[in-house]
Amino acid sequence: MIPALNLLIGLAMGLNLVALGSSRLPSLIRTVATQGIALGLMPLILEGSDLDWRIILVALATVAGKGFVIPGLLKRAMRAANIEREIQPFIGLVPSLLLGAGGTIAAVALAGALPLLPEHAGSLLVPGALASVLTGFILLIGRAKAISQVCGYLILENGIYLFGLLLIKATPLLVEAGVLLDLTVGVFVLGIIIDRIQRAFDSLDTRKLTALHE
Amino acid sequence: MIVVRLFLWVVLAPLLPGLINKVKAWVAGRQGPPVLQLYYDIIRLWQKGVVLSTLASPAFVLAPAVAWVAIAGAAFLVPFGPAGAGLSFHGDVLLMIYLLALARFCTAWAALETGSAFEGMGAAREVSYAVLAEAAMFAAMLSLAVQTGSVSLAAMLSPSPGAGTALLAAGLFIVLLAENCRVPFDDPNTHLELTMIHEAMVLDHSGPPLAVILHGASMKLLLFAVLLTAAVLPLGSLQPLAAAGALAGGVLVVTIGAGVAESFLARFSFRRVPLLLTMAFLLCLFSLLVAWKGGAA
Repeated sequence: MIPALNLLIGLAMGLNLVALGSSRLPSLIRTVATQGIALGLMPLILEGSDLDWRIILVALATVAGKGFVIPGLLKRAMRAANIEREIQPFIGLVPSLLLGAGGTIAAVALAGALPLLPEHAGSLLVPGALASVLTGFILLIGRAKAISQVCGYLILENGIYLFGLLLIKATPLLVEAGVLLDLTVGVFVLGIIIDRIQRAFDSLDTRKLTALHE
Repeated sequence: MIVVRLFLWVVLAPLLPGLINKVKAWVAGRQGPPVLQLYYDIIRLWQKGVVLSTLASPAFVLAPAVAWVAIAGAAFLVPFGPAGAGLSFHGDVLLMIYLLALARFCTAWAALETGSAFEGMGAAREVSYAVLAEAAMFAAMLSLAVQTGSVSLAAMLSPSPGAGTALLAAGLFIVLLAENCRVPFDDPNTHLELTMIHEAMVLDHSGPPLAVILHGASMKLLLFAVLLTAAVLPLGSLQPLAAAGALAGGVLVVTIGAGVAESFLARFSFRRVPLLLTMAFLLCLFSLLVAWKGGAA
């Protein structure tokens, strides 16, 4: 169980770096979607011995929400805004990759120093969560286009979700469903805002939002 | 036995570029040049005279020879499957990396000897990519050393691989493409001056020195292919005959992989190359991390 889980978390951590290294928005969105699907499958592996209908429901909802609905919304926003790539990020691709890699290594080292429960000691859940949160932060502050920033927000949320997996048995279904619903609504609202920004400024470059208009 | 090993490296090496070209031709639906084309080229070049630039010092002829000897020496240190390494001692992996660096220095030096602006440009590009590729190479070798607790190539490459093998293989494959100037880093077929790297460096060489450079490049390709295969497959735990078969199969897979990558990828723009090489470095770094963590747990 632990090796399969670690493989999936390792995949998610690798996808973090892919997200940091990709300059094209469609591939960034695809990366986030793949990470969402990998995360959605984790509860099934984590509770492989006694599958509850609630856990299956959580997994299904997560895969559908993070893997298909949210990326679909983002793709729509991207098409409406008619942009394809991040041309000049605040933090370049190579520096952000190196930052992300350093963050991942730091997360692994830090998780080794944390007083974890014995059943979580061997798993990559905590380092994966920390690394995803860091990656999300780097994308949020390092990218100029609003859609990339939304992707950063999603990866940040994925990291929080990984933390939540530690407590999956103790978290009620309602809370999980609420979080997922919040996320979907959040991305929905962001899609509308992106559309508005695009109409008002003819660009999604957030640098242009610093000056006031009439 | 030592002579046989060196003979294997020297004779088998020019097969690989021929195989890559055959794969490319096959993907494109052409017949392509014969697999042995590089042998014919080398023999033809060996019989020709040398055209010397008036600016060139004797190093113009000497440097390719030194480069060839350095690559042959590096290849001599790499265990060739069941045949073993020609020479093996504590820390030979460092000598191998430095010999490869020496070969690169000599090629770049010979390129600068001609006083041609293009060659200088090619040398500058080659060396600036090498900085990043070498970092990845060091990380890969470090992860193998950590995994096996040894700094001798024979011991590092023989045991069954650890958990980070997939990462290591991907990283080493990118390093192989970069070090041997294959697509997506450089196009070995192009002769458009502004895009060449390796070809730009050897543009003014002719006759036997060019033959030596071509043969050295093919030997370097074989070296990296063998290194990649041996790092991934547990050759040490197989019977000699099976290990030889596995090594040959692995090298073939790597060669075909390079050919396929070359058929389906375009050359990257120069600005994107550091990104890919950084990725290779990170892949090797993470395999190092996995080896280190796995060893501790």
